[in-house]
This record gives sequence, C-alpha cells and structure tokens, in this order.
Amino acid sequence: MPLLKIPLAEWVESAVDWLETHLKFGFDLFSSAISGTVDLFSYLFHLPPPFLMILLITALCYWIARWGLALFAAAGLLLVTNLGFWDHTMDTMALVTTSALISIVLGVPLGIWCAGNRTVRNGLTPVLDFMQTMPAFVYLIPAVTFFGLGVVPGVIASVIFSVPPTIRLTSLGIRQVPADLAEAADSFGSTPGQKLLKVQLPLAVPTIMAGINQTIMLSLSMVVIASMIGAQGLGADVYRAVTQIKTGEGFEAGLAVVILAILLDRLTQNIIKKNEKRR
Amino acid sequence: MNGMKWGETILSIVEVKNLTKIFGNDPLRALTMLENGKSKEQIYNETKLTVAVNRVHFSIRQGEIFVIMGLSGSGKSTLVRMLNRLIEPTQGEVWINGRDIVKMNQEQLRQIRRKTIGMVFQKFALFPHRTVIENVEFGLEIQNVEKRTRRIQAMQALELVGLKGWEDRYPDELSGGMQQRVGLARALANDPEILLMDEAFSALDPLIRKDMQDELLDLQQKMKKTIVFITHDLNEALRIGDRIALMKDGSVVQIGTPEQIMMNPANEYVERFVEDVDLAKVLTAAHVMRRPETIGPDRGPRVALQLMRDNGISNLFVVDKSKTLIGVVTAEDASAAVRDGKTLEDIVITDVPVVTPDKRLYELFDICGTAKLPVAVADENMRLQGVLVRGAVLGALAGDTNIPERGGADAVAENTTG
Repeated sequence: MPLLKIPLAEWVESAVDWLETHLKFGFDLFSSAISGTVDLFSYLFHLPPPFLMILLITALCYWIARWGLALFAAAGLLLVTNLGFWDHTMDTMALVTTSALISIVLGVPLGIWCAGNRTVRNGLTPVLDFMQTMPAFVYLIPAVTFFGLGVVPGVIASVIFSVPPTIRLTSLGIRQVPADLAEAADSFGSTPGQKLLKVQLPLAVPTIMAGINQTIMLSLSMVVIASMIGAQGLGADVYRAVTQIKTGEGFEAGLAVVILAILLDRLTQNIIKKNEKRR
Repeated sequence: MNGMKWGETILSIVEVKNLTKIFGNDPLRALTMLENGKSKEQIYNETKLTVAVNRVHFSIRQGEIFVIMGLSGSGKSTLVRMLNRLIEPTQGEVWINGRDIVKMNQEQLRQIRRKTIGMVFQKFALFPHRTVIENVEFGLEIQNVEKRTRRIQAMQALELVGLKGWEDRYPDELSGGMQQRVGLARALANDPEILLMDEAFSALDPLIRKDMQDELLDLQQKMKKTIVFITHDLNEALRIGDRIALMKDGSVVQIGTPEQIMMNPANEYVERFVEDVDLAKVLTAAHVMRRPETIGPDRGPRVALQLMRDNGISNLFVVDKSKTLIGVVTAEDASAAVRDGKTLEDIVITDVPVVTPDKRLYELFDICGTAKLPVAVADENMRLQGVLVRGAVLGALAGDTNIPERGGADAVAENTTG
C-alpha cells in the first residue's frame, strides 16, 4: 500500500453525487423517455396474439431471407411459446429494440462526425475502448443511482456497452468510400451535405449495417446483466435460475435467448446482403 | 483542326499565374527556397516538403484542347486539380473567365464547379450505387434541377456519347470504354465551358483508347469546349492536343503546338521524350507536301508543256482563279493536244487522288503507293494546297529535317488559313 493512494474512487463518487443533485430533472426526463419507448415497443409486441405474431415474424423472415430462416423462426418461436417464455421474449425484444434504436440514433451521427474530423476520431477512440472493455457491471452502479431500478438503467448500460461498433463502423464505412468518388462529388459542386447523403452514406451502408448488427448482438448479451437491476425479460429468468441453481430452467431460458439472438443476427445479416445486391 | 485559325479572336478562358503547390507541413518555408533557385530535390532533402507544382504560368484559349503532358510524379494531376481547387494552391492565381478562383469563397467555388468546369477521372469514378442515367444526372441533381428537366438533359448527354439504351444499367455492367463514356456524359450533362480530363483514357486498352480519342475529337468538333487533357502518353498528346504543355518535376518545360514540340524541342528532356514518337502518326500531309505547279484552264496546251519543261515535271494541276482544283494534265496528253489542236479543258483528268492537309502520314502510304497521278492536297472546299511527292513522304519518316522546314509548322498555319 503506497503512503498516498490517489482517491479515484472518492472523486468518481463525488462527481456522481454532484450530477445527481444538480441534474436530477434532466435524468428524470431522460428516464421517462426511455421507459416510455420500452413500454411502447413492449405494448406493440404483445398486441397481437402469439400465433399471429409468430406468423408475422415468419413472413418477415421469408421476405428478407427466404425459406431457411422462415422455418427456423416458426420452429424456434413455437418452441419458446411452448416453454412458456413468450411474454418474457417480447419484453426482451422491446429492451433490445430500444437500446439498438438509441445506439443507431446516437452512433451513426457520431460515426459521421468521426469520419470527417481526425481530432474527434482521435479523441473518441479511447473513450470507445473504455466503454467496450470496462466490465459492464460497473455501469450498472451509477445507472441505478441516476435512474433507479428497472428497465431504464438496463437500457442505458446496454447502450453504453453496445454503441461503439456502430460508431466505429459508420466512421470506417465513410472513410472507406474511394477517394476518387468523393472527389467526383466535390468536382461537380456538391455541398458537404450532398456529398454525404448522395455518395458517402449510400456506399457506407453495408459497413454501417455490419456495425448495427454487432450493436444488436451486444445489447442482447447485456440482457442477463441488466436483469440484475430489475429489467424484465428472459434475462430475469436466467438470473433466477442461476441464483436458485436450477440447471434445467436455466437451460430453457438460455435457449430462448439463443433463438432470439440467432433470429436477430440472421435477419440483420440478410438485410446487409440484400443491400449489397443493390437491386 | 490543329492550330488557331487567323481572324478568330483568341480569348484565353483559363489564365494560370505563378501557380505552386507544396505538400507537407508549413509549406511557405519552401516558397522562399524556390525563389532562391533551390531545386525540388534540395528542398525535399532539407525540409521534407514536396514541391508538386512549381510556379507554373500558362493561358488556355477558348475552344482548344490543351494537353498537360508529363510522366508520373511530374505534378500534372496536382496541377489540374488546382484548376477547380480540388487541391488548394499554396500560391498563385487561377483566372477563369476573368475571375480568380483562388480568392473565391466556398459558395462561389461551388457555382464555378457546377456551371463552368466539368471533370472526367482516370478510373472513371462512377457512383456504383447509381444507374448510368443517375450518374449522368448527378451534376444537375445537386443543383436541384427539376427531375424531368434533368432526365432530358442527361439523356441528351448520354446520346452524345452513344450510350442510349444503357441508361438503366449499373456501371459495373459496362465495359471500361463504356464506363468512361458515362464519365464523359456526366461531365457534359451540365454543359460546362471547360472540361478537365485527368488521364481520362489511360485506364483503357490501346484500341479502345484510340477510339475514344477519335470520338473526343469528333465531339469537340460539335461542342467547341475548352478541354484540359492530362496524359502521360506523348502519342496521345500529339494526336489530340492543339497545344501541349510538357511538365517535368512540377515545372512546365515547354508549351507549344505538337509540331513545335516535335520540331523544336526546348531542351534535352523534351528531345529525349519525342525521340521515340512514331512520326507517321504525328506528321500530316501539310508537313510533307510541296508547292504545286498550277495552270489556269483557259491556257493552251503549249503553255502547259512549256511550264512542265521549265520545272522538269511531267504533270500540272489545273486550278481556277480561286485555286479550286479542277484536275491534272500530263505531258503526254498535252503534246497530243498540241498535235490534234485540242484545248486544255479537253484533256484535263478530273479523277485525281485528293487528301486533306490534316491527314496523318500513315494514312497516306496507301494512296501514294498506288496512285498513278500526283496526289493533290486540298482543303474541304477543294482549294489546292500542295502536292505529295513519294520521296518526300518517305523522307519525312526517316527524319529528314529538310522536309518540315519546307512544309513545316509555319506553313501549316498558312495552308489551313483557307
């Protein structure tokens, strides 16, 4: 033990205290916006009866990726229903959809900013590293302080953990656009906005979609962790099974997470492929 | 085609003054070094700054094809990009239509790029996510031209380059030559006065390249744009250029017509460059033709015979007062006419092989080899300019320097005056 330990922990805590007392109103607003979004998605996903919803998802899978995925969706979701996890699966879907949406809304513009500005890129890269490697549990503590227990801190922790791929790959996608195409856009007198919307973004879409796919997968992997602070859904089932050492139930709930993960992954992957074909 | 016609006003549309580009941090350091006469290499060794373009001056006339020619690393691509400020000059002025674009703000610059200057790129730079017609429309689209109008204009440009019927394809479905036509159509769609072509044909294979050169010259006949054409291929430069600027190490070494560069290389560098040029593709009929002996149709066969005897030749061209070619009379026919009492008009042979003065040497071999009569060189109005003598055609190929002096660069201007 050194004579004088740097009081990093104390600093962080006083900063958190300060934020809590001075920005309480902001956090409350933020909190209700997020929980509102989650509730909306949850309501929508629960609105149709399970069998109709399964039919809709199967149809979507067929439209985007033909028979293979459609069959998997039908079989997988029927199994989930049979095991009694339908409602929790939809809760989880709502949570993942919300955090993915927030990640895209934040991540894509940030990625664009990074692509166009080297200083921003250099400044943001270590922050992104920090966000991805800091153990996810650590976010939960301040998230709970600011937003209480429940789904909101779960979403916040998910977003922090899962937004970096979207930012990184948006930035990469735009910087990968061949220089002569950007030059051609300039040579015809494009404004920076026109160049971005008509040339850079369309060409970066496959890369950006790969980032969004990663973001969705990462936020799904946060589901179990988020359940520790009271987020509802499959994560809670897994967490309960773990605390009660019930291997069978844990496996069932885990299987439901896996099915959801495969579905979301293949769907987004196929959207990328569809996009690459262009026609 | 080559050279300016007399009587036409010579307007310069692009005026480049003291234009310099130095790459690296704090490039102004190198400017004083350049002024003090240090070389590009010395400056690089001392400061790690790269002098890409070194105090270039030139002016480009309205309607000409101005070729900037140099090897890779000579700064030609940097130079052309400073003409529309895709690359910011370190120092110097670029006057376009009497306005210095270096001093313009972003909005003024955008207007110039939208309305006045079009650009064609070496690797086509077509947008892969847009169809052919959407590519051609791009320049109009960003000016917010209404959709129907821009489609019509884009179709016209596409027709101009012979790609009607391909509008809904994607660029990767087209061959290289066709892709570059799309690139050309895209640059032409907003009808700019100036066309910048950065090694536009270099990525094409040689046969296609030649077709594209021909087509560009054809198009140029119709459009009369001012074209700045960048190339590393001297044959290409000589083929299409009205004037050529030769670059080396960022400096312009010589500016002149293809003939001037071929015949009077400014220094050893240019000389070495032009050494292995295929003369047959550069020299034209105007270079090797000789002054024709002529006679009016109202003269008698006796006069004709006398003229031939005086000049030691065996035939004469018959021309009217405005020098329009009527035909040729041979010594044989003339002496027969004297005997039989016929007039010159009775014996004139009107079926004379004729070539235009801008025909390249390699196109003349066949005609000169097979023709029994002398080959006349006449302009499109059939006004006689000269005569081709087989020995002189071959002599020019062998690098016979006397030939160009007689029919050379100065004579061209005279002869094409028309």
